[in-house]
Amino acid sequence: MASRKDAVVAEIEKKITKAFEVFDRESNKTVDVREIGCIIRSLGCFPNEAEVQELLDQVNIEVEDPSGFVHLDKFLPVMTKVLLDERFQPIPEDVLLHAFESLKGYLLRQNVILCCFSGEPFTQEEMEDMLNVAVDPETNILHYRDYLPKLVID
Amino acid sequence: MEKVTTNLGLSKSASWGSVAAILIQKWYRFTMARLEMRRRYSLSIFQSIEYADEQDQLILVSSQAKLELWWKTANQNGLVSQIFTSPSAPQVVDEGLCLKEFEKKIDVPDSYYGPRLSFPLTAEDANALLHAFRNEQLLHARYVLQLLSETRRVLKEMPNITHLSTSYSKEITVCGDLHGNLDDLLLIFYKNGLPSEQNRYVFNGDFVDRGKNSMEILIILFAFLLIYPNDLHLNRGNHEDYIMNLRYGFTKEVSKKYKDHWKQILCLLRDVFSWLPLATIIDSKVLILHGGISDTTDLDFLNALERNKVRDRTDVGIILFSLKNSAYIHERKKETQDLHILDILWSDPRSQNGCTPNKCRGGGCYFGPDVTAKLFARYNLKMLIRSHEFKPEGYEISHDGKVITIFSASNYYEEGSNRGAYIKLNPELTPRFVQYQVSKFTRRKNLVGTIESAALKSLREKIYAHRSELTSAFAQYDTNGTGRISVNDWAEAMESVLQLELPWRMLRPQLVQMNPDGEVDFMSCFYDLKMGQPTKEAQPALAETLCRYRKDLEIIFNIIDKDHSGLISFEEFSQTWRLFTSHLGIEVEDDSIDKLVLSIDYNKDGHIDFNEFLEAFHVVHRLEKKANS
Repeated sequence: MASRKDAVVAEIEKKITKAFEVFDRESNKTVDVREIGCIIRSLGCFPNEAEVQELLDQVNIEVEDPSGFVHLDKFLPVMTKVLLDERFQPIPEDVLLHAFESLKGYLLRQNVILCCFSGEPFTQEEMEDMLNVAVDPETNILHYRDYLPKLVID
Repeated sequence: MEKVTTNLGLSKSASWGSVAAILIQKWYRFTMARLEMRRRYSLSIFQSIEYADEQDQLILVSSQAKLELWWKTANQNGLVSQIFTSPSAPQVVDEGLCLKEFEKKIDVPDSYYGPRLSFPLTAEDANALLHAFRNEQLLHARYVLQLLSETRRVLKEMPNITHLSTSYSKEITVCGDLHGNLDDLLLIFYKNGLPSEQNRYVFNGDFVDRGKNSMEILIILFAFLLIYPNDLHLNRGNHEDYIMNLRYGFTKEVSKKYKDHWKQILCLLRDVFSWLPLATIIDSKVLILHGGISDTTDLDFLNALERNKVRDRTDVGIILFSLKNSAYIHERKKETQDLHILDILWSDPRSQNGCTPNKCRGGGCYFGPDVTAKLFARYNLKMLIRSHEFKPEGYEISHDGKVITIFSASNYYEEGSNRGAYIKLNPELTPRFVQYQVSKFTRRKNLVGTIESAALKSLREKIYAHRSELTSAFAQYDTNGTGRISVNDWAEAMESVLQLELPWRMLRPQLVQMNPDGEVDFMSCFYDLKMGQPTKEAQPALAETLCRYRKDLEIIFNIIDKDHSGLISFEEFSQTWRLFTSHLGIEVEDDSIDKLVLSIDYNKDGHIDFNEFLEAFHVVHRLEKKANS
């Protein structure tokens, strides 16, 4: 039984390492700290920004690294535990649908902007991006039923 | 609802509005992260394949030098000197007469409506050229040749390293790789103004290859060079090289556009390229060159050497071969001109200290921050501006702000793949970056899809070309003969055969099928791929080899086919093929290639149309075939 668990852990570690390497520009086992959120999410996890920060704090638990880079050796054990414990599972799509529905049948552009200022506000860039993709430029309306598949389908 | 709130870490009394907001944000960021991941690995696929190709290229070139040796000793019928010298053109001795000679010898018909250049060139000529190229006209061969010979005359007067000063002009603009993208050059001129005494430019190499307007870019740059020789400066790039051009498309472009005079043009260009300066220094503080530096870079030595003597990869062929055999560090000698120039044109910066052979490229080295610091201290420099490497944002800063990479070819791999950029340097020598991209895109998701599918297509072709090797690698893991192996084993097999350092686990869903147990059906990666034409007579292994080495064979054929008729004799083909396979250590039955050739239509007079031949080994994607039928 021990070896089976080891095999699972080894597999997870490989997966994390490979995802890390995609963002490792100089192949020196470090990535820019701003990319950590991206890496975590691309491994199938679904954290909000506060949770990403919490993970980062764990990674930097001994020494605050001022360089703005995260080293794989520190990231790996933290992330492995996250995947083993299956934390940050995606909220099901029907809940997302319900979220959109509850705000209104459709969202006016202004509402989208307002909506995204609460919670963990979007940056200017994220806001513009979402508006460009999600909102119909002619009617200024976000038809969430059209937008939903774009968020959900890989 | 409560469960959701707790999951999100909000208090129970949180309004559904803020819950909804967080949900949407979470999903959005999740999606964007996945997209970013796909975009990154698509670009890394392109880059890996490009570098692997370049590396193969160097193997080929080093083998070319060996081939030459082999043939000479084997006393073949004088084919060697014919094959391995460049296309010849009548030697022009007195360069002062060049312009008139071309005028006498080459007639420009009245029906030609393109620009008619008169030397010395003026700004009107430059405008006429820009106007013509915007309208996709060609410059007549006579003017091209005149322009090139004048350019050579002017370049010869220039030192290896040009020194500039910002004292009397506002800003100097530095541009990186253009690679035949005329739209980018026109966009730069539109945004930043045309070159002039008040608007100085440095173009940092790699003007040609890959894009389809390399010739036009050269014409424009050389024209401005002649008009403003103190205000437009060119540095040589690694693609300003005859052998690179054979492989990466410039030679083909010229031979297609100038059917009667391409040989002369290419010959003259070879000279012009070898006379391009190696570097530019601004205010004695900013060093600008194409690739990078090494721990033996010596600017005084570089300034003194005879730059025009180092031409084409053929000259450095033997040295490269010893590089590949990791005798690099011991073989390097300071006085070797070739190695110094190789370093300048091919090296890449890395964040680890030290100077190691650049095994990705097969030439030059990786240089660390300590190498940069040492050079800066020695020559009292402040900044190094280089190009040579693709950057998604058009530029990148490394070595703690000391090294800047500038890349000016937008959409380099694919529509929407990257931005281009240029640098504005003011008299304080603070750089300002201007980014651009030639076409507008609105939906990032569709864009990633396009880039991704192009990248995956290239990758699948590589997979197909290594089919036998992959199949046997997979079989080694499949001890029970079930046709299925674990994802881990599959990824290791792929990496060991293809050596592309890609995130295989992430790419798996696009490449191969997996059953519900989590095992990979490894043969499924070949399902949608097949050869262009049925080649019944060919052994599968032979066909695959031809497929893999198609590009290399194309170069060899082009070298042999000196008059570019598209035909080579059966005998020449046979000999070449045998040499090629024996040098690469490929086992092929003696008469199998003969049978193969016979099965493909060729002129009964004993000549092969090798383009037809190569087409037969072009990998076709089955889905593509369906769409076209």
